[in-house]
Amino acid sequence: MTLAEVVLAVMFVGLVAYGLFGGADFGAGIWDLLAGGTRRGARQRELIEHSIAPVWEANHVWLIFVLVVLWTAFSGAFAAVVTTLYVPLTLAAFGMIARGAAFAFRKSTTTLGMRRALGAAFAFSSLATPYFLGSVVGAVASGRVPAGIAAGDVVTSWVNPTSALGGVLAVLVCAYLAAVFLCADARREGAEDLVRQFRARALGTAAVTGAVGLAGLFVLRADAPLLFDGLTGRAAPVVVLSVVAGVAALGLLWTRRYGAARAASALAVTAILVGWAVAQYPYVLVPEVTIEEAAVGRSTLVAMLVALGAGAVVLVPSLVYLYVLFQRAPTGTAAHPGS
Amino acid sequence: MDHLDVLADAAENLYPARMQMALSLGWHIVFACFGIAFPLITVVTEWRGHRRGDAELLGLARTWAKAMGILFAAGAVSGTLLSFEMGILWPGLMDRFGEVYGFPFVLEGFAFFIEAIFVGVYLFGWDRLSPRAHVLSAVPMIVSGMAGAFFVVAANAWMNNPTGFRLDAQGRVVDAQPWAAMFGPSTWPQVVHMLLAAYMVTGFTVASVYAVGVLRGRRERRHRLGLVIPLAFAAAVTPVQIGVGDWIANTVADNQPVKLAAMEGQYETTAGAPLSIGGWYSDGEMRGALEIPNGLSLLVHHDPDGVVLGLEEVPPDERPPVNVVHLAFDTMVGLGSALLLLAVWCGWAWWRRRRLPGSRWFLRAVAASGVAAVVAMEAGWVVTEVGRQPWVVYGLLRTADAVSPAPGLWLGFYGVLAVYTVLTALTVYVLRRLASRPGTSAPQEVDAEPPDRGTGQVALR
Ligand code: HDD
Ligand code: HEM
Ligand code: HEM
Repeated sequence: MTLAEVVLAVMFVGLVAYGLFGGADFGAGIWDLLAGGTRRGARQRELIEHSIAPVWEANHVWLIFVLVVLWTAFSGAFAAVVTTLYVPLTLAAFGMIARGAAFAFRKSTTTLGMRRALGAAFAFSSLATPYFLGSVVGAVASGRVPAGIAAGDVVTSWVNPTSALGGVLAVLVCAYLAAVFLCADARREGAEDLVRQFRARALGTAAVTGAVGLAGLFVLRADAPLLFDGLTGRAAPVVVLSVVAGVAALGLLWTRRYGAARAASALAVTAILVGWAVAQYPYVLVPEVTIEEAAVGRSTLVAMLVALGAGAVVLVPSLVYLYVLFQRAPTGTAAHPGS
Repeated sequence: MDHLDVLADAAENLYPARMQMALSLGWHIVFACFGIAFPLITVVTEWRGHRRGDAELLGLARTWAKAMGILFAAGAVSGTLLSFEMGILWPGLMDRFGEVYGFPFVLEGFAFFIEAIFVGVYLFGWDRLSPRAHVLSAVPMIVSGMAGAFFVVAANAWMNNPTGFRLDAQGRVVDAQPWAAMFGPSTWPQVVHMLLAAYMVTGFTVASVYAVGVLRGRRERRHRLGLVIPLAFAAAVTPVQIGVGDWIANTVADNQPVKLAAMEGQYETTAGAPLSIGGWYSDGEMRGALEIPNGLSLLVHHDPDGVVLGLEEVPPDERPPVNVVHLAFDTMVGLGSALLLLAVWCGWAWWRRRRLPGSRWFLRAVAASGVAAVVAMEAGWVVTEVGRQPWVVYGLLRTADAVSPAPGLWLGFYGVLAVYTVLTALTVYVLRRLASRPGTSAPQEVDAEPPDRGTGQVALR
């Protein structure tokens, strides 16, 4: 592995973390949207709220991390991507603002009307934001971002079959992950009826995601042949791993082993992302700019690696502490409706 | 798209892109100040509360921790938008210099990550950790808040004084040294000035909220403590800030003489230059300004006859808009001096009588000090950013060459304007609620109050 590849790989770890943690976070918002009327959905919303309140901010810093590593180590490619795709990126950023602000402030208001309005903003932006981010991935993966500042088409680069597929898949994957994660959270809080509901949803979204994924292969064959070749060629083992892990997760959900189902689902999603990376290798911007061409000078890359290593030493224990503290201290209120 | 098209679009984008950047940064920086300074003020209060078994101090600290959580959330979402904008609006800057000055942003990412984690721990752990562990859990939050500010301001200082790389014959960066780039001549003065500004903004703003309460007749001990503690922090750093202001002005004089000339509306290179206060610059002259003879030379060179370079040294298209910079500078210095008077008033009363002045005029002054500190800080940023024009990287890259030529980009400005209008209204609404009902939850806390509206609705949350 070259130095540039190592830096890119570290960035990719951040991207996977964002996909998993941020994804589950978005997905929780999607279930909030679909939880039903104010009264009927109240307990589900409460569980969702409990599950993400202490971690939602940290979950989203992963994205910042991805951005800053890209702009420092792959400055030119970064500039090309964000300028060509500035529309979905701006919309995604607005979505994140709406989502964060609505989630944060919903709790601090008590008038029903305000809470409903903020709840709606939270839920809709949870749906829209992953769609836009997925369409950005679709745009990059299908080679619609040429090198150079704003050199691509600002509309068709992200309004096209592969981007639509990317967006829809992103939404589904988020919803699926959240449902699986919430099963275990609901069980920890002792709310068996909620466990049943989220289990059914997890199984349902898994089926839909699988179907869309399969159909997607045909879309890719027609719309992004290079990516299709990569996925069915070099990346085939990773894609197979993803399918196997996905099927295993289904089995674990079926047999109600939610902890293990979490791990299997996370593996399946990670494998999808890694599959994309392997299929696209060695290009950063398909089919023009390779990793080596896009990388900046050596001393910056070295400085990056030092910083990333030292940062990880501080960051990882802190994150673990946050999640442990949070998991260790069940609040129990979800089990008592009306509390 | 042909070449001319690109130029047309870039020209159309420049003004709205600047406005968008200025709006987003100007908004973010207010919240960032609270992210930097509020943790320490809150934790000191909590710690004293534990030490003295003082429930009122603890209650106060808890309210502040919640306010901090709300402000932090607003700061975090606005910061996310900023990281997109750096690339979306200024690709010419990131493309060419990202490898040199992107690096502090990577470190900043870590710092904010840690801060976000420990804000979560601090709020979530309020009743779940032992007092000792809880106070300790705040230490990473304080340190990383300050470290984050260091890294971001170091990046900005680099734009003012680019160092740590060489350019080849085509003007491309070679041999980037990101560590060296982080420690240019402007870095330390700017960072220290900013950190102190954050303490002033936070301290005076929080104190002013309580001062308004006291003016409206609230006399409880808790309310007085809420006034005294943040005011003590702010008043203590204010004199230092004025000294640092002198340091930073000297740095500007050495490294960015054109910016200094704009700050003072000084057209001709002069020995024994006067200090101009107020006035309006046009056609190479300051009109209607109050002039302190030899003042400027004395200030920047500590010598009444020192030579101060004027705007005439550079061609007209390399001069910043003088009046904006000059008036912003006067605003900052004027408000800084006024706040210094307030700090001296506090200090004097404390020294003589061991308590703060109780007169209504004093309370009114404290009530105004929050706004004054925020305006001084914003004005300082206008001096820095507008004073650097037309350059985005001083002397190397023009702002006009950095802006994205993407069609339709300017529409984003209206989007940002709308989003921030709503966000501001919401933040103010929620903070006011918190002020009137201390039970209100912060975003990182788990339990929310049920909405009001009779018993039938208790299950709704
Ligand atoms: C409460 C806030 C506050 C107060 C009272 C002052 N400043 Fe300030 N000033 C800032 C807050 C600030 C700031 C917003 O934090 C800036 C913007 C960039 C920076 O690093 O600090 C700044 C920038 C800034 C600059 C431009 C630096 C550059 O472009 O590199 C100068 C020359 C001064 N200041 C000088 C002063 C002087 C002589 C003051 C004496 C009264 C003063 N400031 C008070
Ligand atoms: C460290 C943080 C900051 C960075 C990296 C930064 C960067 C930039 C960039 C890239 C631009 C656009 C190019 C230009 O006009 O030169 C800009 C413009 C501007 N920024 Fe900053 N900035 C920072 C902090 C701030 C803050 C806190 C404010 C608060 C008011 C501010 C106010 C402005 C203004 C008013 C402009 C427009 C200048 C003009 O168009 O004349 N900046 N900044
Ligand atoms: C002088 C300039 C700046 C200072 C002092 C500053 C400081 C801070 C602080 C203390 C926070 C923590 C959150 C909070 O307390 O609200 C924060 C958040 C953030 N800032 Fe800034 N900032 C500045 C400019 C910028 C710029 C130019 C960018 C982007 C390029 C940026 C990106 C961010 C991001 C992404 C976050 C969110 C991180 C999180 O979720 O914790 N900031 N900023």
